[in-house]
Amino acid sequence: MDRRRFLGELGRTGAALLGISAAAVARHDRHGTSARPGQPEAGLVHLHSFRAPGTDSGPQLAIAHGADPARMVATALGMLGGIERFVRPGDVVLLKPNAAFDRPAALGATTRPETLLAVATHCRRAGAAQLLIAENPINHPEGCFARTGIQAVAAACGARLVWPRPNAFTRAHIGGEVLSTWPVFSEPLQRADKVIGIAPCKDHNLCSVSLCMKNWYGLLGGRRNQLHQQIHRAIADLAQMIQPTLVFLDGTRLLVRNGPTGGSLADVAAGDTLVAGTDMVAVDAVGCELLGRDPGRLEYLQRATTRGLGNARWRESSWREEWAG
Amino acid sequence: MRITVTRIICQSFFVGLAVFLAAVTQFGYLRGYPVSLFLQLDPLVALATAATTHRVYRGLIWALAIIAPGLLLGRFFCGWICPFGALQQFVAWLGGGGRRTAERIRRNLPRPQFATKYYLLAGMAGAALVGSLQVGLLDPLCTLFRSFTLAVLPLADSASGHLHVRPHVQQSAWLVGALLFFVLSLSLAFPRHFCRAWCPLGALLGLLARFSLWRIHRDPDACVHCDLCVANCQGAADPHARLRKAECFLCMECVQRCPHGALSLRFLPEPDGEVTYPQADGRRAALAALAGLLLAGWTRRSAHVDDPRPALIRPPGALAESAFLERCIKCEQCVRVCPTNVLQPALSEAGLEGLWTPVLKMRVGYCELNCTLCGQVCPTGAIAPLSVAQKLGTGPYAEQGPVRTGTAFYDRGRCLPWAMDTPCVVCEEVCPTSPKAIYTRREQTVNRRGEPVWLQRPYVDPDRCIGCGICQHECPVKDRAAIRVTAIGETRSPGSGLLLR
Repeated sequence: MDRRRFLGELGRTGAALLGISAAAVARHDRHGTSARPGQPEAGLVHLHSFRAPGTDSGPQLAIAHGADPARMVATALGMLGGIERFVRPGDVVLLKPNAAFDRPAALGATTRPETLLAVATHCRRAGAAQLLIAENPINHPEGCFARTGIQAVAAACGARLVWPRPNAFTRAHIGGEVLSTWPVFSEPLQRADKVIGIAPCKDHNLCSVSLCMKNWYGLLGGRRNQLHQQIHRAIADLAQMIQPTLVFLDGTRLLVRNGPTGGSLADVAAGDTLVAGTDMVAVDAVGCELLGRDPGRLEYLQRATTRGLGNARWRESSWREEWAG
Repeated sequence: MRITVTRIICQSFFVGLAVFLAAVTQFGYLRGYPVSLFLQLDPLVALATAATTHRVYRGLIWALAIIAPGLLLGRFFCGWICPFGALQQFVAWLGGGGRRTAERIRRNLPRPQFATKYYLLAGMAGAALVGSLQVGLLDPLCTLFRSFTLAVLPLADSASGHLHVRPHVQQSAWLVGALLFFVLSLSLAFPRHFCRAWCPLGALLGLLARFSLWRIHRDPDACVHCDLCVANCQGAADPHARLRKAECFLCMECVQRCPHGALSLRFLPEPDGEVTYPQADGRRAALAALAGLLLAGWTRRSAHVDDPRPALIRPPGALAESAFLERCIKCEQCVRVCPTNVLQPALSEAGLEGLWTPVLKMRVGYCELNCTLCGQVCPTGAIAPLSVAQKLGTGPYAEQGPVRTGTAFYDRGRCLPWAMDTPCVVCEEVCPTSPKAIYTRREQTVNRRGEPVWLQRPYVDPDRCIGCGICQHECPVKDRAAIRVTAIGETRSPGSGLLLR
């Protein structure tokens, strides 16, 4: 055997031995920490407040009456000082409708596309750079987005629909009483500068009414149906999780019974009202009255008020009421 | 252009068409494409369902578009159209197919076991006599679309994340995937082995080929017996001796290959140069038919098709079980199109006879109230095409009421408000009917610490429940839900009623 071949063979074997050993040592989990059961708490997302600067004072709550959602949105925004107060040129705005169920908006279980489109148009006019529309529905997303009409709205106003794909969710720090950390629909939330909720005004089988606060349920992932075990605390936590720029409560149609799904036109009544505001607890209190329920007896509104997340005694805030056209 | 190149282009087109149609068989992409076209063109599907139901259902009449030219040209479908055959041929080419000419000739000679497909066809015909439709187990188009739906697309879905927003899973993906892998890999050893030895559609077309007017003719004076014609022969049809009409795919490889121009496609050539009938034994075929008849009879008797079985929940619009089994070809088009993934191929739920027929698995999905897509794509009418009004029992259908797939029942030992003094009623929240089939009663109870608590405890109104299963799907008791749907109360068969109506 010549020296050249001898050294060559020895070198290759040695290099293989060294390489494998180095890789094993480098990845060695000496204390077995990688195999602990339970959920990793690392990589938590923190959600910042989406409130527009300077909107803590001034008009807080606007109630517009009428029949045409577009006019009512314009009137409500006028009472609040215009969309420019909330959306700056260049903002990425996340619009969160309720499109939880695969059924037409006429059944009152989801946000009316006309209202969503009107809000989107105002945001565009204020110079928003991009509009996102996001929802993690109960029913299958493709059907919900098509049948509720929000897909058509996105196409009409050039907004991007954010689909709730599995990789769009990240565990976030919420710090609530029930929701300490929870997987949230982080993809749109992390891209957005401003968040605007547009919720329908609905009866709810467990928590009496489903309005703007409950609407943020559609930004949760994970096993969110466990939240029903502590529903009022959980809804108050939702108000803590998202501090929106603005919320709209679409009371042009009211789902008065068989909520939150409805299913029959007989469950829907005309409400002729649209409420907008920066304090979603106050807005929800108005919605509660629209549905003929007493906000003073609705546990989640009271909890949210006690925790300082808003004020269910909406008449104490600076509010205005007008007829739209 | 060489005719074999033309053929490869033609085959590629049909493979592409099949992939396209499988891809668009999905909510949001359907747009009225004829997504079940291949299954409607399939003469075996048309003939077998005609045998079990005595009718040619709707689009199955298109099978004439394959049968008529098949009577003129023989098994041209196998060589030019069948996408499953083309795939096997492609695999054989990928594997080299035997690089030496002598080796290729050896692989493409006829073998006695190639008669197996005729016995399988006879067995399936025997089963069809007692109303059991089993052609889908081996039919190449059913196999192809089943493999797409159950094995290929779920993998593509989870790998790309862009097929469904919430990726779909299929409960027997492994089995169907393994069978597809096995069939395709057979082609590495013997090109198109499935087509030659197993395919019941090939067998049927082989029987029809007896009537074909155009066929390959060998001029014995020009032939020098070099056997090169056999080297690429796809059907193993023996063109260098007496051509077996029933095995020839009209792939034209022999004509192309012959260095002496001894082979040609002719109109009515002399019959003494060919084998007119399939080389299968009549008595064996009769035995196979008897075996199929007996087996189907036994499985039908042992399955009690007239009694509702709890886990056998069929899609809305499905016919009564025995009529359903007369029509379902296990093509999985309904499973493919189902937007919520609730439709799954049965393994044991429907007995041996109902392998791979669609059943609802509420832990995977739920039946969407306003959706009737499964019936729209079903090529054979095993699931009738319902309108939404028909499914919901509204408008002109108010008198007959909604289509029910089963009834939901509470398992009070697992239900949070019933067993654990804990509020919940997600089931009531998601119940889609109006008024809701699930309702609650406010009840007071005393908890473990002796404190009085008020709870909303849920009940099912069987008069309202349609068996959609969204309650079961959304129940937070995730592993085995506290409310579960079983088939009792389904409207498709009179023997499955629950309430006296």
